[in-house]
Amino acid sequence: MVETYQRRTALAHLGLVGRAAAGKGGAGVVMSEAGHRTIINIRGNAQDPAFAAAVKSATGVDLPAKANTVAGTGARQILWLGPNEWWVTGADGEADALVEALRGAFTGQHATACDVSESRAVLSLKGPKTREVLARGVSLDLHPKVFGIGQCAQTGLSRCNVLLHQVGEGPHFEIYVLKSFSDYLWRWLEQIAGDFDLGIEA
Amino acid sequence: MLVIPCPYCGPRDEHEFSYAREGHIARPTNAEQISDADWAQDLFMRKNPKGVHYERWMHAKGCRRYFNVARDTVTHEIYAVYEMGQPAPDVKKESGR
Amino acid sequence: MSNQANRLGTGGRIDRSKPLRFTFDGKSYYGYQGDTLASALLANGVVLVGRSFKYHRPRGILSAGAEEPNALIQLGTGNRTEPNLRATQIELYDGLVAESQNRWPSLANDMGAVNSLFHRLFPSGFYYKTFMWPKSFWMKYELIIRRMAGLGKSPTEPDPDRYDKLYAHCDALVVGSGPAGLAAALAAGRAGARVILVDEQQEFGGSLLHDRQAVIDGKPAADWVASAVAELAAMPEVTLLPRTVAFAYYDHNAVSCMERVTDHLAPNSPDFAKQPRQRLWRIRAKDIILATGAIERPLVYLDNDRPGCMLASAAQTFVNRYGAMPGKRAVVMTNNDSAYRAALDLADAGVAVPAIVDLREDPQGELVAAAKQRGIDVLAGHAVTRVSGKLAVSGVEVMRLSPDAKAVNGPARSISCDLVMSSSGWQPTVHLFSQSRGKLRWEPGILAFVPDKQLPGQNSHSVGAAAGIFNTDACLADGHAAGAMAANAAGCTGSSGDAPTASSEPAAGDLRAVWYVPSSAPVGRQGKHFIDYQNDVTAADVMLAHREGYRSVEHLKRYTTMGMATDQGKTSNVNALALMAELRGVSVPEVGTTTFRPPYTPVTIGAFSGIDKGDFLDPIRKTPLHSWHEQHGAPFETVGQWHRAWYYPKPGESMHDAVNREVKAVRTSVGIVDASTLGKIDIQGPDAAWFLNMVYTNAWSKLEPGKCRYGLMLGEDGMVMDDGVTSRISENHFHMTTTTGGAARVMAWLEDWLQCEWLDKKVYLTSVTEQWAVIGVSGPLASKLMAEVAPELPLDDATFPHLSFRDGVVAGVNSRIYRITFTGEATYEINVAPSYAMHVWRALMQAGEKYGITPYGTEAMHVLRAEKGFIIVGQETDGTTTPQDLGMDWIVSKQKPDFLGKRSLQRSDTGRPDRKHLVGLLTDNPNEVLPEGAQIVAELKDKPPMEMIGHVTSSYWSPNCGRSIAMALVKNGRNRHGETVYMPYDGKVVRAKIGAPKFLD
Ligand SMILES: [Zn+2]
Repeated sequence: MVETYQRRTALAHLGLVGRAAAGKGGAGVVMSEAGHRTIINIRGNAQDPAFAAAVKSATGVDLPAKANTVAGTGARQILWLGPNEWWVTGADGEADALVEALRGAFTGQHATACDVSESRAVLSLKGPKTREVLARGVSLDLHPKVFGIGQCAQTGLSRCNVLLHQVGEGPHFEIYVLKSFSDYLWRWLEQIAGDFDLGIEA
Repeated sequence: MLVIPCPYCGPRDEHEFSYAREGHIARPTNAEQISDADWAQDLFMRKNPKGVHYERWMHAKGCRRYFNVARDTVTHEIYAVYEMGQPAPDVKKESGR
Repeated sequence: MSNQANRLGTGGRIDRSKPLRFTFDGKSYYGYQGDTLASALLANGVVLVGRSFKYHRPRGILSAGAEEPNALIQLGTGNRTEPNLRATQIELYDGLVAESQNRWPSLANDMGAVNSLFHRLFPSGFYYKTFMWPKSFWMKYELIIRRMAGLGKSPTEPDPDRYDKLYAHCDALVVGSGPAGLAAALAAGRAGARVILVDEQQEFGGSLLHDRQAVIDGKPAADWVASAVAELAAMPEVTLLPRTVAFAYYDHNAVSCMERVTDHLAPNSPDFAKQPRQRLWRIRAKDIILATGAIERPLVYLDNDRPGCMLASAAQTFVNRYGAMPGKRAVVMTNNDSAYRAALDLADAGVAVPAIVDLREDPQGELVAAAKQRGIDVLAGHAVTRVSGKLAVSGVEVMRLSPDAKAVNGPARSISCDLVMSSSGWQPTVHLFSQSRGKLRWEPGILAFVPDKQLPGQNSHSVGAAAGIFNTDACLADGHAAGAMAANAAGCTGSSGDAPTASSEPAAGDLRAVWYVPSSAPVGRQGKHFIDYQNDVTAADVMLAHREGYRSVEHLKRYTTMGMATDQGKTSNVNALALMAELRGVSVPEVGTTTFRPPYTPVTIGAFSGIDKGDFLDPIRKTPLHSWHEQHGAPFETVGQWHRAWYYPKPGESMHDAVNREVKAVRTSVGIVDASTLGKIDIQGPDAAWFLNMVYTNAWSKLEPGKCRYGLMLGEDGMVMDDGVTSRISENHFHMTTTTGGAARVMAWLEDWLQCEWLDKKVYLTSVTEQWAVIGVSGPLASKLMAEVAPELPLDDATFPHLSFRDGVVAGVNSRIYRITFTGEATYEINVAPSYAMHVWRALMQAGEKYGITPYGTEAMHVLRAEKGFIIVGQETDGTTTPQDLGMDWIVSKQKPDFLGKRSLQRSDTGRPDRKHLVGLLTDNPNEVLPEGAQIVAELKDKPPMEMIGHVTSSYWSPNCGRSIAMALVKNGRNRHGETVYMPYDGKVVRAKIGAPKFLD
């Protein structure tokens, strides 16, 4: 394989590293592009204990019990997408092994795994004004009483389809978006965030 | 702007959904046997009732699942949402209308 | 500033320490911080502010709020100028520039007023009666009418300001901050509810801001407002939005509001540029508390539009809130008690009030007594029958009203005055409730419509004056109860506390319904009784409509244009309805109510767009190689939302040159193309092959793993919907490609069938369009190049044949390479992870240099495929095209028992011989490149009509053929090969010969 330095993230062309260096502290919202990560789309019957067990054995994580929630911690998480669809995340480079493990565990079931790691860019927004920024483009109620840490939702943000995941305090959100839209979405968010003391991290 | 309760994701704004088509129209299994006129009827003619309409929506910006909605075309009241494959509920009876 | 002749020395909520200079029609004036343009003009004694729409009548300020129909102003200059703003809502700032509208050459001396002399020519339905004949002239009339009818001027430059919009959610949205609204917000907020309080004015308080009598919880009204607002501001879950108009109430409790963030600031002030100009709030509320107050109705009397004729409460507001006297000597005409309070407040402020003309025979009560005690002449059972003065009121004539209120008699008494205040009672502001499609009910006790039944799915509560409650204490209690209830329903458990209480008020006496105040002259003569000021609709117009048989309010509206101006008839609808009811001898509700539609007051388009304009109007989807294309000078072609490299011009090259060079390179050496935008769908499951058999016209069961096949997808109507190549990865695993533009549609289509029709089939789909970047390498030297970058890949046609794929390493990167072609040349479609796409592309460019590798864009791709006769779905097809029409019978299985579209292909219509077939066209003149879309005729005539037998679908200059080539859909075209057809366009006729749709072997 070629050197990994030949690899580019979706927003590499924006030169965020240089811009981050020039950044200031005390920002209302801090934007960054998360690095490469593994995302495996899995499909199966959530009501089937064999499927749940297979997922657990291959990933080490139980399927999230509720809609719009995320199970697991760190790199290995399972995000709820729909009644028979989830994303299993992992560290960069785990995709092939994870797909193989999942397909192996699914043997004899109607359940599938499909690598979609490379299709998404992940934008990170954090800081006290993050909800204000997101409210410009998300019609969901993101009030902490309604949407908290560990919750996720597929929805529209600006004119893009995204998966929104509150990963931490601050609040801190991760936004999964198709790479082709990421340049548009970043610029759009950046323009909005300009009114809320924007900081950039690399 | 309607609020449509996706049976899977919960209530979401209308803009997250796309209207699919009238619900509960099964694809004819004997298409070869039926006349052109009947086929055209099956294919093209749709109800446009004033009142309860059983229709399909797809949660395009969410779970991408299709589901059924019983909606009042006059008031936009949503009487019921239910999964594909389930029979149409008699919402008039159930809601006492 | 001393020259504000009509400014009171004390009182009001203006800040006399902050004078502001402004100009109106070029003349300089001063006002104070806290003024509206209207109050500042009145303080300067300016009463003539505009000309009316149709008759160009001189007009003054009628109201003090959003309902203003007359004082429409052109505000600002240059690219910030904005027409038709209500002077009563424009907050004064230093340097404000305002101009009156609809007058030429000047406000006082307006040529358009000549329309007034010909008013008999402008009756109701004038446009319908006059300009619809002859029909073909309407276009010409319309231009002239529009020029004459225009009020303000639109800016000609782009809007320099920025706008903001956002979504918001709350338990209780409280609209309006008078006593009921504030009490509601307090009750809900104290209980812990998420509350948004909006008010269209710069200050919260509503009617309490000009109420000099009310004492609430022991404090003067204004002090109570201040403490209530302070309490709300301290609540973390309460959002206070002054200067914010709730303009639309949509389905399922969605309300849109527009916040005027910087409209009250001078454009050159430092704070102006820091914020967006306006902000659109799209609010979804569990409960909406409509505390929108009520709007006073003017009386309909002769020449009631003269500058100086004003709503009674408006005059009271100008005096109490702004310290501005709208006149020095006021005559009041009323059918109810509230105007007495206004009269007394004016008298207290030093305005002479010689008379209150009361339409009621025997008004009684505290306020009447108070007025008499003050020495005001109360003329019971009288009416104002004439207003003198043209550019300003100079006096009125008063006569005795007959007992049935249909006539006046006795001697006329003249009273000199410069202000006529009138009140015909109050109409609750039901606009938002009505927009929510709630039903209204006529309340005879207050002669007004009040909210009644609500649509299911909407949840609002109208409170206070908006519900027809006019007593302050009752408004407070009503609002408090609604606020507490909203919090409770949202699950809040905190205490709402006690409802605020107000000091007692004089009981209000009954109203008298007099919808048309008679004068000594017959209606429509010697002057006008205006009902709708903004659209110049008079009582005579309503009477004419009645005589001509119009009954329904909707017809009345459209026939007379009553209520159809930008004010939506806030001051006129009930007056017109009630007059119609009287003429018909029926009750008001029998005539109907008008339906209010958004927006309550006009909203700028900028607020709707927010930042979503220019580059943000629509997303631009970029491939992982986008920046390379950009750096190499490629213009982009928009395909759906994608931007695809169109061609790569070298310095000095035209598009034509560049495309020719690219096309030739692919045929002679090697080209490279970014095909990443192709739709890709991962299909897995035991029924995957069955599924493909259903959605494609051809057979898939026998496709071996590792092999690819072209497929055509039809709609159930048998028409071509999409096409692409699908590969079998393994027994139960396929990889489908779709057209770039069709990707999303195909995905939804396939999911529709799986989820709605074939629920028992075991197939899962995942969109993987962006999991793979696709780099196409095409041309006779492609395999040589591949051998260099993918040394381990077998490249001979025997081991790696056309229509198969291999996994391999290209330029050090794991890839999947497909041998499929859209150019007709040997092609390798290299699929790689997008993060490595740039590396692979560069490696190919570097290795290919010695072969003359040439990047080619979508234009060259189109030429290449057209030379070989490959179709593009959506270009050669238009939703009415079958596979047979395209000459693609070969791909439609005769064996398969079923596939989508199969039955429709057997319809008699699909077998019609005169259907349009895909053909090739070669122009007689090889240099003539036909325009795509050109219509084709078989029989040329001198002039249209000629029978059109088809159209050109694709047309290019083909450098490899050395001539133009075109494809077309032509009736029965397959059987017309060799025939000559004609394409008349651009004043010429081009001849071409029909042939097969293939130009290069
Ligand atoms: Zn959903």
